[in-house]
Amino acid sequence: MRIECPLCGSRDRREFYYSGHASALERPDPDSSAEVWDDYLHNRDNPAGLTEDLWHHEMGCSAWLVVQRDTVSHAVLAVRLAKGDQL
Amino acid sequence: MRVSGKGLIDRNTVLNFKFNGQPFQGFSGDTLASALLANDQRLVARSFKYHRPRGIMTAGSEEPNALVTVQRGKSQEPNTRATVQRLYEGLVAQPQNAWPSLKFDALGVNDLLSPFLVAGFYYKTFMWPRAFWERVYEPFIRHAAGLGALAEAYDHDLYEKAFAHCDVLIIGAGPSGLMAALTVARSGLDVILADENDRLGGRLLSEVEEVAGVAGHMWVDDALAELVGFANVRIMTNTTVTGAYDQGTYGALERVGHHLDMVPEGLPLESFWRITAKRAILCSGALERQIAFPDNDRPGIMTASGMRSYLNCYGVSPGQKIAVFGNNSDAHRTARDFAEAGVEVVAMIDSREGTSTQVDYPTYAGAEVVATSGRLGLKSISIRHNGGLKTIECDALGVSGGWNPSVHLTCHMNGRPVWDPSLASFLPKEDAIPGLVVAGAASGVMTTAGALAQGCQMAQSVAKDLGKRLMPSDLPHAEDRPYEIEPFWDVGGKGRAWLDFQNDVTTKDVKQAVQENFRSVEHMKRYTTQGMATDQGKNSNITALAVLADATGRGIPETGTTTFRPPYVPVAMAALGAGGQGKGFAPERFLTSDRATRALRAPMIEAGLWYRPSYFPKDGETHWRQSCDREVAMVRTAVGLCDVSTLGKIDIQGPDAVAFLDLLYTNSFASLKVGRVRYGLMLREDGHVMDDGTCARLSNSHYLMTTTTAAAGQVMRHMDFVHQALRPDLDVSFTSVTEHWAQFAVAGPQARALLNGILDRKISDKTMPYMGCGAVQLGGIEARLFRISFSGEHAYELAVPARYGDSLFRLLLAQAEALGGGPYGIEALNVLRLEKGFITHAEIHGRITAFDIGMGRMISDKKDCIGKSMAARSGLNGPERDQLVGLRPVGAVKKIIPGAHLFEPDAAPIRKNDQGYVTSMCYSPTAETVIAQAFLRDGRNRMGQAVKMVDHLSGVTTLCEVCNPVFFDPEGGRLRG
Repeated sequence: MRIECPLCGSRDRREFYYSGHASALERPDPDSSAEVWDDYLHNRDNPAGLTEDLWHHEMGCSAWLVVQRDTVSHAVLAVRLAKGDQL
Repeated sequence: MRVSGKGLIDRNTVLNFKFNGQPFQGFSGDTLASALLANDQRLVARSFKYHRPRGIMTAGSEEPNALVTVQRGKSQEPNTRATVQRLYEGLVAQPQNAWPSLKFDALGVNDLLSPFLVAGFYYKTFMWPRAFWERVYEPFIRHAAGLGALAEAYDHDLYEKAFAHCDVLIIGAGPSGLMAALTVARSGLDVILADENDRLGGRLLSEVEEVAGVAGHMWVDDALAELVGFANVRIMTNTTVTGAYDQGTYGALERVGHHLDMVPEGLPLESFWRITAKRAILCSGALERQIAFPDNDRPGIMTASGMRSYLNCYGVSPGQKIAVFGNNSDAHRTARDFAEAGVEVVAMIDSREGTSTQVDYPTYAGAEVVATSGRLGLKSISIRHNGGLKTIECDALGVSGGWNPSVHLTCHMNGRPVWDPSLASFLPKEDAIPGLVVAGAASGVMTTAGALAQGCQMAQSVAKDLGKRLMPSDLPHAEDRPYEIEPFWDVGGKGRAWLDFQNDVTTKDVKQAVQENFRSVEHMKRYTTQGMATDQGKNSNITALAVLADATGRGIPETGTTTFRPPYVPVAMAALGAGGQGKGFAPERFLTSDRATRALRAPMIEAGLWYRPSYFPKDGETHWRQSCDREVAMVRTAVGLCDVSTLGKIDIQGPDAVAFLDLLYTNSFASLKVGRVRYGLMLREDGHVMDDGTCARLSNSHYLMTTTTAAAGQVMRHMDFVHQALRPDLDVSFTSVTEHWAQFAVAGPQARALLNGILDRKISDKTMPYMGCGAVQLGGIEARLFRISFSGEHAYELAVPARYGDSLFRLLLAQAEALGGGPYGIEALNVLRLEKGFITHAEIHGRITAFDIGMGRMISDKKDCIGKSMAARSGLNGPERDQLVGLRPVGAVKKIIPGAHLFEPDAAPIRKNDQGYVTSMCYSPTAETVIAQAFLRDGRNRMGQAVKMVDHLSGVTTLCEVCNPVFFDPEGGRLRG
């Protein structure tokens, strides 16, 4: 498997650390209810098809990436920086 | 026997080899298989289950029978296919599955017992009594089963892993692969051409038909000469592409040293490649299948195409009297070639009606082989023809049930092949692997002319995809006779007819599986073990499923295939895991003081990948405890020195650094002044403790964070996440500087005296108070000094750029010894921190909250931080939590064991009475008792009470008193002194 890092180009997945669904980017407000926090931390869908997850280019540029991929075909459809557009 | 005037071998170079203990001779260019056949060695193996005599069946990597063990010095390589083992001078090979000898195999009795050893035999027989399974059945099965044996010694052979990148990977160098390579090469794209043989050309080397007016192998030589001239073409011989993976990644096994008589020092036997290609062209050709007829497994019976390969490529005839049996036009080439080479052809048997040809050897149309004879090798066959039976003497029979395109790689990502009735074969599904196209026989194009044309065409389309336009190139003229076939799978009749030769699966087994309702192809496979051996049923799977389709009354397309998975050929674990052994598995990280430390005979212990000294033995000390106790006392009374460079160090800079730290740490850093250090606690977002450490403010917007050794990587990744994913608006930068600085703890009452002996400017309580930090100089070198303590003593950590680490350690050592001190290892470090009640990752093990370690109030209520919301959850705070306490033994038994559980003194030591557990212990020379840290239910309210420690593993029970975890200097006067 290969991931197109926006900073480094196409790299082998062994350079990356996988860290679950991209919903981790949406940190709740500190005062949110326990249910909201529970959902944020623990509850994940297991889709057959499109998903977005987080990969850390740990052996490369240290960028956290949002990788859009298809869990059925394994196609990697899009990759963007977790921090947004500014480089 | 050798056939004069045939073959591509070098008859001037004789090679000596041994098989089964006997000396033989072959020629350069032979495989072990061709050399054995040239020496009329027809019997080469025994089968897996029935121990039937077996001979060489094919001329390629799909070989099911001729598995041998190649011995090379002390090591041996089992399950080597004789058909791909290149012959070298001095090769030594042994047959497998034969005991006591190849000609007389004791387990050949299994063949007589075969009526009982049918499909599902193991499942049915070894069921009861249950107690027999482990002691009787399993050892019996293990003795009887298995293919070959390992040397049972450390494997000294070298294996490697390697990586390659290209624009176009071409898999297979037969006519279509070579033509594709020539075409793409001209476009300037980077090409890798990989072929599993050491001589490229595929079937062109095994056929007599001309290409471009010259012999096939000569056209191959010309093509190779042209390819070698291209700087953008890399040719990989002896390299089998074993798997297709996501995003254009392919696995490939290169046999590097296997064909050499002497493997030069440093050269691996095999190399496992990971090849990344933008596009791939699969030109893997096709494999010939057998027809099932009674006793079709005798030595001397082989594939018709394999037979032709031995004649045309190696100048070998596998027999004196040749017969050929087929259901297609291709089989006739074998009879023709042998007749033209002057070998007697006694019969050409074609199952199709009306296929008479004008040849001068007997042909039988509409005929079939119904029986064979010859115990250790074929002697005769019986054929049914025109309603009568006829026995024909022959010692070699070539069989062709048609060709199966090698679609394997196209199925590695779940693509299912498509049945083509006109070819009676499965063809690759289009676009089954993104970026991969198929050409030649692998796609069902069965003529040489067609393969050349399609190779060229696919190359052009791939080049166009990659933005290169190619002029149409001239195609060489080649044979274009149509391939005609009528499906014919199973002759039927009473005797056993083999499908899977390696696993001894017969048509009867498949039919029985159906009777017992294992009708799905996947169930049949598992019940009969069809296709589950090292050859993965390359010759037999399609025939087996045709027999299954017939038995179930379903068609072949409805029956479908089993799933082809990587690897295409067996890959040694040593090749797959190359580089991952020993030091490659866990590289070593050394301290800058490593050499000086080892010179002091300190035993080293692993801490993650780091190596740290356990203790520094002095003359006369015979037990580690003697050294450790002495080192503890030395720190408490004089001064000790310890390399603490393994701690993670993260340099943080920027105007928003403090806001960033406040988000990471539970406690506030806004109030930390320049030149001061603060202890900080970090939580995970779920409210549990992630790590602890110190953070120093070096200047207004410049901080230096330390992490524990164990969590350095995790904390760095976490900080990257918090910054990039949660607060990208913060103007802060940070980087790991763990390896940039060598850092030494100097601890003990004499610590300041020691430092003042070496620093360019002396320090005092005023210039360097407790929890102070700042830049210092020694010998003109810029260094950093932190007044922090992990021992409870007046202590400092002195950091210098790593290149000065070794010399600073030696300098500090000399100074310490002059003051009655010396170095201490991590055993003493652990005792010192336990005496003082400090925690490590033995305590903050992932299920611990700030409340549990008595640091609940360190979570600031004035600001948000990672983990704050969840740390406030009910259940994470309160008397129901296991809380950090100290323990000391109070009864006769003094032993405390980390991992042991705690109970009320009178309670039964069972799970529901569990009150907590011990995390760390040591003998404290300062307190002169064993001391420990533990987590105890509502522990902070149980000071002075008694608990019972029970270690169920060792059976030790110890009565303990619950106490404050700080055993030494609880007021902290020594830190500040």
